[in-house]
Amino acid sequence: MTTASSADHPTRRDFLFVATGAVAAVGAAAAVWPLVAQMNPDAATIAAGAPIEVDLTPIAEGQDIKVFWRGKPIYISHRTKKQIEEAQKVSLSSLPDPQPDSARVKAGHDQWLVVIGICTHLGCIPIAHEGSYDGFFCPCHGSVYDTSGRIRSGPAPSNLPVPPYTFVSDTKIQIG
Amino acid sequence: MSGPSDFQPTNPALKWIERRLPIMGLVHSSFVAYPTPRNLNYWWTFGAILSMMLALQILTGVILAMHYTPHADMAFKSIELIVRDVNYGWLLRNMHACGASMFFFAVYIHMFRGLYYGSYKEPREILWILGVIIYLLMMATGFMGYVLPWGQMSFWGATVITNLFSAVPYFGESIVTLLWGGYAVGNPTLNRFFSLHYLLPFVIAGVVVLHIWALHVAGQNNPAGVEAKTEKDTVPFTPYATIKDAFGVSCFLLFFAWFIFYMPNYLGDADNYIPANPGVTPAHIVPEWYYLPFYAILRSIPNKLAGVVAMFGAIIILAFLPWLDNARTRSSKYRPLAKQFFWIFVVVCLGLGYLGSQPPEGIYVIAGRILTFLYFAYFLILLPLLSRIETPRPVPNSIADDVLAKHGGKVASVVVALVVAGGLLVGGTQNARAEDHGVAPPGNKWSFSGPMGKFDRGALQRGLKVYKEVCASCHGLSYVAFRNLAEAGGPGYSVAQAAAFASDYKVKDGPDDKGEMFERAGRPADYFPSPFPNENAARAANGGAFPPDLSLITKARSYKRGFPMFLVDFFTQYQEQGPDYVSAVLQGYEDKAPAGFALPEGSYYNKYFPGHAIKMPKPLSDGQVTYDDGAPATVAQYAKDVTTFLMWTAEPHMEARKRLGLQVFVFLILLTGLLYFTKKKVWANAH
Repeated sequence: MTTASSADHPTRRDFLFVATGAVAAVGAAAAVWPLVAQMNPDAATIAAGAPIEVDLTPIAEGQDIKVFWRGKPIYISHRTKKQIEEAQKVSLSSLPDPQPDSARVKAGHDQWLVVIGICTHLGCIPIAHEGSYDGFFCPCHGSVYDTSGRIRSGPAPSNLPVPPYTFVSDTKIQIG
Repeated sequence: MSGPSDFQPTNPALKWIERRLPIMGLVHSSFVAYPTPRNLNYWWTFGAILSMMLALQILTGVILAMHYTPHADMAFKSIELIVRDVNYGWLLRNMHACGASMFFFAVYIHMFRGLYYGSYKEPREILWILGVIIYLLMMATGFMGYVLPWGQMSFWGATVITNLFSAVPYFGESIVTLLWGGYAVGNPTLNRFFSLHYLLPFVIAGVVVLHIWALHVAGQNNPAGVEAKTEKDTVPFTPYATIKDAFGVSCFLLFFAWFIFYMPNYLGDADNYIPANPGVTPAHIVPEWYYLPFYAILRSIPNKLAGVVAMFGAIIILAFLPWLDNARTRSSKYRPLAKQFFWIFVVVCLGLGYLGSQPPEGIYVIAGRILTFLYFAYFLILLPLLSRIETPRPVPNSIADDVLAKHGGKVASVVVALVVAGGLLVGGTQNARAEDHGVAPPGNKWSFSGPMGKFDRGALQRGLKVYKEVCASCHGLSYVAFRNLAEAGGPGYSVAQAAAFASDYKVKDGPDDKGEMFERAGRPADYFPSPFPNENAARAANGGAFPPDLSLITKARSYKRGFPMFLVDFFTQYQEQGPDYVSAVLQGYEDKAPAGFALPEGSYYNKYFPGHAIKMPKPLSDGQVTYDDGAPATVAQYAKDVTTFLMWTAEPHMEARKRLGLQVFVFLILLTGLLYFTKKKVWANAH
């Protein structure tokens, strides 16, 4: 056993300390990973978020339904001619979040508006067919959306998002 | 070197804080400058190991509580969901479940160390009593935690332990009802146990603070048992004790990781993979290994109240130890008689642990009574007597003298002792499965056994086919979803293949817009549908027998390994009792029961089934299932394939577990090595 003082081999001693500390730090960092990763959605939740199909036939013109996909309410509105016109003729420059109606519906399916019914302000659910634009009105803080789900007045910063969806047939959509 | 607040930060911001809340000074005086005897051996690192274990149990426990559902109908399933679906859920659950065992393992070493070196003697009586309180709280916490998975052992353990209180005269029944919150153990019991299981660890943490406070007032005891007198006797806590503790902790983590990654169920009971059933008691109720000695004492006394009193007395008596042992010499190193009796006492405790795991009959009862007497005799007769008659050897004048008289080379022996003691102590639990399984199932060569084991993909796919075509007509697989078939470490199907497989099944869904249930094609997110709508329907269709769900069957079945095989198993990582048993039962049918065996009506003779009379007709025969890959269409092959498949359904992340285990071991060995050399460097000028 050596009794030489540390001063004799300062570099070797320092290297050992730094190496030990570094390995311990790497281990601690690696150990944090699973502790944080467990908070992400589990496999069953992710699997339950698979695409859903919605039959549109029961929805009469002027009506809307609310379905849930990935725990979020999705509004599916069967818009009237008047609502479609209102949505299309607005001048984009007057919108807080300019987006033409055509970018918010599928071509050839102008009557169907599909939006995620979560106010972009702080996550409340806007009420359909309310507010001064015949679209949606959020009762929490007074945001008003039009018949295309675009923000028109109130504190919300952006339009109601359109979820990913496709028309499987003329009367059936797949969300997700 | 000591003193409460000679610490002064130089940074002005820290200075500002320190003047208002001297927290850095507290930490500095407690964990940096604090003088620690320079002759402490590795048994003293268990304080740090226990602190780490408490922190780890609280951390993993808080996380598990994020995913666990404390409801009698959902608790079991929610744990399976944690293990199967939550990211790293299997790891966290293994850490917490094995962690409880490791916590007790460490606390027993800590306690025996205190006993051997007289750490309970003046002026450390309060310190010791606080330790006994922590131990009692740990027992309560561990017991309630074991109830939470709501398996058969959880339920019946809860029933038996709460019934202990019914021994209290006059108020017994009322107390038990109060504990249950009902007429029997049920959902209210589970809920309150969950609440208390979450609370008590923080109470433990609080008492640990008092324990450490008392320790820092009295100062640490040491192997020589003489108090530190001069600065020569001590070294500052940091870096000396810190680095030594870190090395000890790292060694302990290696031992811990062996269980987490390679034998997560070694310390558990197969029965706890069967959901709680208030109508059926398992053949042998056995507590977790760390309660076994006290369980043995309980069963040794033929009177209910006296048994319960003796059991609790065996723990409470520890609190009186400072006054039962009056010897003026602290350390047993210098007490030739006490030293020998200490080791006899250790053997008595291990013996009681072994007996606690055995069925309470014949020789075991007599041995239990003898050992129970010896346990109490040690405290009540021997220790008071020894302090009068024993002539101790002279103790060193000072700790410094003790260090000079010593020589090194203890690490290896300590590590070996640790591993052997660990194997011995925890191995005792294996004997708990004293069940009449008749003939032991023959061992098999499984692709998934051992530290590098992987599932044979072909066997998994063939096993799935056997399950689908044969087993599925009676047995469910309700914890397995179709999507699992496409997951890594599984049968190796693509996502599209799994979806196609799912679409062959009809799944009940609803209600639809009209409020009616309807059938639709299965999706990957759906679970394998069960063949019967409920247990009663299953029994009605199967002559009164309930075909168990097969998801966990390979973990829920086991057989007795016996002494000394369970010790060997610890080192060889043999843990395939379940698969061996399942495979043996599938092949163990005999056309004729042996002469003299009365086979009940509607039963079949099976060599390996406990009791031999099984209600399930011989399920497999040669050529029954057609294989596309050229594997032989024999019963032996079917049994092997379906058992492999069922091992996967029981633990879909087994490959991930073993793979991560290897990485963790490589890392820990590297870290432990580095810590060892760093510790040597740090201590070079202290010896």
